[in-house]
Amino acid sequence: MSEIFLRASNIHKSFGGVEALSGVDLEIRKGEIHCLAGENGCGKSTLIKIISGVYKPDSGSVEIDGRIFKHVGTTDAIAKGIQVIYQDFSIFPNLSVMENLALNMELMAKRKLMNYRRARAIASEAIAKIGFDVDLDERVENLSIAERQLIAICRALLHDAKLIIMDEPTTALTKKEVKALFAVIKKLQADGLSILFVSHKLDEVFEISERYTIFRNGRNVTSGNTAELDDRKFAFYMTGREFSEESYRPTSLGDQALAISNLSLRGAYEDVSFVLRKGEILGITGLLGSGRSELVQSIFGIYKPDSGTIEVGGVPAKIRNVKSAIKKGIGYVPADRLTEGLFLPQTIKRNIVISKLDKLSSAFGFLREKKIGDEVRAWISDLSIATKNPSLPVQTLSGGNQQKVVLARWLANDLSVLILNGPTVGVDIGSKYDIHGLLRTLASKGIGVIIISDDLPEILACASRILVMRGGRIVRELLPEATTAEQLGEISTGVA
Amino acid sequence: MAKSNLSLKNAARQSAPGDRNVFRLFVMLVLVFVLMMALRPSIFLRPANFNSMMRQLPEYGIMAIGISLAMMTGGIDLAVVGTANLSAIAAAKFLIAVAPRGTPNEQVAPMLIVAVLIALATGLACGALSGTLVSKLGIPAILATLGTQQLFTGIAIVITEGRPQSKLPLLFSQIGNFEFFDFFPLSFVLFCLVALAVGIMLERSKFGLEVYMLGTNSKAARYAGLNNAGILFRTYVVSGFLSSISGLIMMARANSAKADYGAAYTMQCVLVAILGGVDPNGGFGKIGGVVLAVFILQILSTGLNMFENVSNFYRDIIWGGALILVLLSNWYLARRKERMALARKTA
Repeated sequence: MSEIFLRASNIHKSFGGVEALSGVDLEIRKGEIHCLAGENGCGKSTLIKIISGVYKPDSGSVEIDGRIFKHVGTTDAIAKGIQVIYQDFSIFPNLSVMENLALNMELMAKRKLMNYRRARAIASEAIAKIGFDVDLDERVENLSIAERQLIAICRALLHDAKLIIMDEPTTALTKKEVKALFAVIKKLQADGLSILFVSHKLDEVFEISERYTIFRNGRNVTSGNTAELDDRKFAFYMTGREFSEESYRPTSLGDQALAISNLSLRGAYEDVSFVLRKGEILGITGLLGSGRSELVQSIFGIYKPDSGTIEVGGVPAKIRNVKSAIKKGIGYVPADRLTEGLFLPQTIKRNIVISKLDKLSSAFGFLREKKIGDEVRAWISDLSIATKNPSLPVQTLSGGNQQKVVLARWLANDLSVLILNGPTVGVDIGSKYDIHGLLRTLASKGIGVIIISDDLPEILACASRILVMRGGRIVRELLPEATTAEQLGEISTGVA
Repeated sequence: MAKSNLSLKNAARQSAPGDRNVFRLFVMLVLVFVLMMALRPSIFLRPANFNSMMRQLPEYGIMAIGISLAMMTGGIDLAVVGTANLSAIAAAKFLIAVAPRGTPNEQVAPMLIVAVLIALATGLACGALSGTLVSKLGIPAILATLGTQQLFTGIAIVITEGRPQSKLPLLFSQIGNFEFFDFFPLSFVLFCLVALAVGIMLERSKFGLEVYMLGTNSKAARYAGLNNAGILFRTYVVSGFLSSISGLIMMARANSAKADYGAAYTMQCVLVAILGGVDPNGGFGKIGGVVLAVFILQILSTGLNMFENVSNFYRDIIWGGALILVLLSNWYLARRKERMALARKTA
């Protein structure tokens, strides 16, 4: 039972300037459900892609079923029985269930013509394996997310899968669907398959897996039996810190920085009201789809709310677009730094000043190079951004320094409200601590700060007040000193 | 000696990629020049040959700058030739109507100014239409401008019934073909001025920086508060404006305007932009590079003419092949750069 099916040893991999994996190990036994956990950006997905042959590791080796690979090719991975079920499932929505199941088999057999009788036989065999009852002629786009996932699993089984890797499979599922999925996973295990279950949700890890491995910032933190894990340890391994960071208490609350009244956007959030005072750090948490991101993006002018009002500094504010939000003194650090926050191949300098060009150019629209240079130098030293030359592309910086560049861009505009969506996602621990400190300093200088984060300990450590959103509404207001991460998680999921 | 060599190397490494590309193009220009000089010294080095090259390159050079601008935003403007012809035809129609051949020069002169304004206004309007399709409606630039190109050419064909508009007042071509010091054609001077103005706009102005940033990542541009639609719109309007200048130059050189003039220029302009180092995915490119690419292409084109046995039928093969060759070499250089960056990292 304890025979090893897959062993990845000392894997290194870097992209551009960032080392995604710095020598990680992973061991999966035959017939076990193994959970790989870690925060966003810790290298989980990179390792999966190395195991399944999408990426080539810089160094290290992967041993699969007794054979050692320096570089697993995609065909090696499939031949060895490794199947990955990605978050988007990689299925064709416009084809029928049967076609989706049989297509790869037909392609692999290098057949030029599709034989529908053979396809039907293959497909019905596949769904029978996990006892999945579905109409083979139904188009996949008419199925629910959970059903599509099961189809992806069936398709994986057709390739004689020995190890199925599921990348955050429960993100878009309801509680009931999660239960059903877990039943299928248990059944696969009973048939002797190994499962690598990637997740950062503690309750799921406890419920489904026997052993776990936790990564942080591209390194192994620990691995062992799930039974020996508790939520405190889990959070510590994930974040690397005991929650000794004192929660932030504003010394004195200033005037109202931002007031939201009865704001609604259909399909996203409903009837949301809150007041943010100067000097306060307001944490907003909630699951994906709770409406938290849409809410703050509406304040920043990305979405237009259907109804409700926004006041900035006590004055009603019409926010038509991002530019008018910036004019009102609102800044927003987006959730995805790489696609939304930064212009990666452009220089650090340009990335810092881009939102302040109105003030850094003359009446005829010519750039004031000297002013720009001064501004950039000041922010690089203020935020201790580690770079020799601000004319280098911003992608040469580490995640933490990249995030500081985004922050510098906003701080360069005189802000009254700063909103951060995932302020430290994919950021190394040192910079994370820097950024938390910076947020406290900003708040104490009188800026109203809002942070949104999945990282519950982060919310607890930074926020002076916490709002929990669920199903588009604010369901609870909490004070961090009287709350634990576990309670927060329970309120977000609706268990409590 | 060794030390200065080292610091030179470091300087090269730290200089922006665009500058290195401009240097590479300059070397290429010198090589092409020397090659032509060696192959056909008697023809190539004649002053008349330089004069004729300077007369040929502005009409597509200015359009190439327009296409380059659109490319820097991550789009493309395939409507430049259509815009140029339609602008020229609008001006020509007007001139023929108000000042047919034989009208005294003092009466023609003010009409010429109006005709030029009509052409420029037509260019602006054409650019505004392409710009609206791309920026407000979000239609992919390659489709939107393919459509407007066809539309503008179609309008030009209908209003001219497909006939060339000749019999322009002589004063127009006299002014249009004026040469400073009997050597530098007015059109070449215009090309230099346009290149200078657009270069300054890109490097020194807020709009230029916004073009580069939008071209790099339009989503990040939105989150940074840039007015994406406005920037795109203005880019295509500028391109339309430049095309109409080109149209006037063509009209002066041919002493007529025609709906299907310079059909091969679109391809040639795209080639110039790519050779000049403009990134077809947007975000990067320098006007200096584009100008050098125009010169290189003109020398090659003139060179082809010097070989009587290379028929004009081969021209498409040569330009198409050249474009693919440049794309391949850009791809190869980018890959090598990536590898070197990686090697430096692990070292």
